[in-house]
Amino acid sequence: MSRPGFVLEVDDRTPPLLVHNGEGFLLERFPQGTRVVYPPEALPPVRDVDEAIQNALLHPIESEPLPELLRAGMRLTIAFDDISIPLPPMKKPDIRQRIIEAVLELAAQAGVDDVELISANALHRRLTPNELRDIVGERVFRSFFPDGKLYNFDAEDAANLTHLGQTRHGEDVEISKRAAESDLLVYVNVNLVAMDGGHKSTSIGLASYKSLKHHHNSHTMIHSRSFMDHKRSKMHESAWRMGEILTQHVKVFQIETTLNNDIFGGPLEFLQKREWEWSVKDQASFLAAKRGLAAAPAKLRHKIFTDTRSNYGLTGVHAGKIEPVHDKTLENVHRQHLVEVQGQSDVAIMGVPFIGPYNVNSVMNPILAACMGLGYYFNSYRGNPVVRKDGAVILYHPVDYEFSQLHHPSYVDFFEEVLAESTDPATIEAKFEKQYAEDPWYIHLYRTSYAYHGVHPFYMWYWISHALDHCGDIVWVGANRKTVERMGFRSASTLSDALEMVSHSVGRSPSITYLHNPPHLLADVR
Amino acid sequence: MMLALEMYRSPAKFLAAKAVGGRIPGILTGPAAPLRLVTINEPKADRDGWARIRPILSGICGSDLGMVTGSTKLYFSAVVSMPFVPGHEIVGELLDDCEDLPKGTRVVMDSVLTCAARGVEPCAGCASGNTNRCDRITVGHVAPGLQTGFCQDTGGGWGNLLVAHRSQLYAVPDGLTDERAVLVEPLAGAVHAALRAKIQPGQSVLVSGAGAVGLFATLALRELTQAGRITVVAKHAKQRELARAFGASDVVAPDEVFRGVRRSTGAFRLKPDFGAGEFLLGGVDVAVDAVGSKDSIDTVLRVTKAGGRVVLSGMPASGADLSPVWFRELEVTGTYASAQLEVNGRPAFETALELAGRAPLDGIVGARYPLYRWREALDHAHSAGRLGTVKVAFDVRAS
Repeated sequence: MSRPGFVLEVDDRTPPLLVHNGEGFLLERFPQGTRVVYPPEALPPVRDVDEAIQNALLHPIESEPLPELLRAGMRLTIAFDDISIPLPPMKKPDIRQRIIEAVLELAAQAGVDDVELISANALHRRLTPNELRDIVGERVFRSFFPDGKLYNFDAEDAANLTHLGQTRHGEDVEISKRAAESDLLVYVNVNLVAMDGGHKSTSIGLASYKSLKHHHNSHTMIHSRSFMDHKRSKMHESAWRMGEILTQHVKVFQIETTLNNDIFGGPLEFLQKREWEWSVKDQASFLAAKRGLAAAPAKLRHKIFTDTRSNYGLTGVHAGKIEPVHDKTLENVHRQHLVEVQGQSDVAIMGVPFIGPYNVNSVMNPILAACMGLGYYFNSYRGNPVVRKDGAVILYHPVDYEFSQLHHPSYVDFFEEVLAESTDPATIEAKFEKQYAEDPWYIHLYRTSYAYHGVHPFYMWYWISHALDHCGDIVWVGANRKTVERMGFRSASTLSDALEMVSHSVGRSPSITYLHNPPHLLADVR
Repeated sequence: MMLALEMYRSPAKFLAAKAVGGRIPGILTGPAAPLRLVTINEPKADRDGWARIRPILSGICGSDLGMVTGSTKLYFSAVVSMPFVPGHEIVGELLDDCEDLPKGTRVVMDSVLTCAARGVEPCAGCASGNTNRCDRITVGHVAPGLQTGFCQDTGGGWGNLLVAHRSQLYAVPDGLTDERAVLVEPLAGAVHAALRAKIQPGQSVLVSGAGAVGLFATLALRELTQAGRITVVAKHAKQRELARAFGASDVVAPDEVFRGVRRSTGAFRLKPDFGAGEFLLGGVDVAVDAVGSKDSIDTVLRVTKAGGRVVLSGMPASGADLSPVWFRELEVTGTYASAQLEVNGRPAFETALELAGRAPLDGIVGARYPLYRWREALDHAHSAGRLGTVKVAFDVRAS
């Protein structure tokens, strides 16, 4: 039986607590009285996954069963979430593979032979053939990829985009032409956190820059409170409006899945546990991992983390009409992630781990580290942020000056050129976004190599705009001083130093909350 | 008799400087310097149109340093006459009446020794006003020498007295300080370079180098052309600051040139195999090399768009890869000194005098040394960029 999330107050018996710190961990002794929010333990998984999938397809919510939507001669498109979720990637077989195989089987039975599969990567980088194979499985890959029927969405392929209209707010809805002109679009989603799924799937995953810029901008992001609460997120409101237009033109059969918190297994199993419950074996594993990682060359350390695969269990699969399906999804996500937290604190502390949505099989550059801490973790709340207005956030990550020229070429320029000029999201949006979005070299690399779109670092920066606006102080512990200074933050050597540095804004005895993730948690701050 | 620094022929010192100068700059101002402080006869101004000048300030130019360090090519040995007193960036005072200029006038000097100064019939270059292209710099009644400061007969600015021809002289307006006036000669060179660059309105420009040549070229480009974005390659903090003050739109470090130009022009950046240097498809419309090193020339050739123009403003080194010139059909142009009739219909010196009056040049002459402290002066000039200095000058009257 799983246990719900847990809030602990540090006292003199509390052992040092584990903190994620990029490609490594450390044990930190927190000041007495610090409130530690632990994620809930993994929910029990669905016992028979294939049966659950079949059940969802045959008994969808507010929709005809999938077989009734399939007919010979029709044009069927299956879109699926790209590698940005789940994190870390899933052990094989990926849940998307299982669902796609089930959908294809029903399509074959109905005599559908015009089928295309699209990775809904929007402005994310293209997936390599191997990465596509990991998601859809060997059988589907071999059947579709060689014929060009399994491919990455290309948001810069103007000839293959369709403008479906504008929302009542004047937002353009422009998506994949193939999806727009299909008789049926099946969307296969993986919901790791409450932000994903719903109209965010097609309206964002298969959309062009023309469409995305209406909600991926500093103004919308700063007013999204939070990304994990689609009813209070301006970004989601926009996506939902776009979804209305989209579903007027395209028949969408949405399949959403939810995963449990079973992220770390094998030698890293201690990361799933609460420190005072560590067995001798867990303590030995921690020591071995910490020392081993510290001694390992950077390349090996990187490989160890890149190769990490999680043994998620499925907690639910629902199919049918987008909105009611997403409601069910959120129920499951909340059941897994919500932890009740009473009131805000002066200081929030978070450890930023080795991986985020945009550095899968790559490196976490400084902008992505900031986005992970201040975009994702800061926004992992429902109701109010964990930290009070003008409070302080303290993060752990080395924030090394490290960029992947393959995956993040525009990030390097963004870091060197844009952040040198300003760190204010609205200012850099006005001055630089268009140049980067239309830069032919970035577009070339996005379309032909494996680079994130030129505008992507801007989106990452907008992602943190709510935190920048809300927090009085942001300090990184153990980070490269130059890189965090470039981003407008400060660096401290130790937690004590960090607390000293923020004392002018939060006082010398601040209330502190440490969000002990991952595994994931969603603080329900009341 | 007068005190002067004299450059003399010494093959051994020349070779020594060439061999180790780049690595041990100190040696150039020490035992290996083919330069000496001497007391010599004053040059004579016994022909029509010639007059004596007492220098007030005399700048140290990159070409002077190149000569001392042995990095100047032997190519130039045919157009100098040894021994000579260097120094061609001067502001001085006339000791004689010189045609329409009365004795006591403060003057600056176009150092090129043209047909007029040599008393010979004008060559095609001089006749057309392109006096810097004079073909007769080795003949006439003055010893061979491409410029004052490289000629045995005229003396130079690094001495207490020199002689110059009226055709070389420009009166300094009363309001212009000596510190600004001494910059007029390099400014005239920058005016010439800016006009030679033939920039169309809105064209993007890269200036590689932010020493005096690069900074003044930036200033002239901004003042005299309708260039769009001007990107300057600067190594040191003070250079970056001055480049912006002189009109640069953005400033990049030497190791950021490809990234910076690619970003600002939306070009494609390619990396050849086996460690060959990267290059851009696309790039700036015009690039000005104001360094003259192999690396700098390689860079400007690789970041200029197809059909673009590359202006070599620094004394060029050898060994640059000319593949882009062929592949990108680049137009490579040299700029040397300045002309008495520029494409804007005026002598570059007149334009430069105006620029010297209104440009933010205060503090550009960052150090002044008497002649007898020439070793320190050259040391300082050699490390000027690092030390935050643009121009080092001899204060000749203090010598």
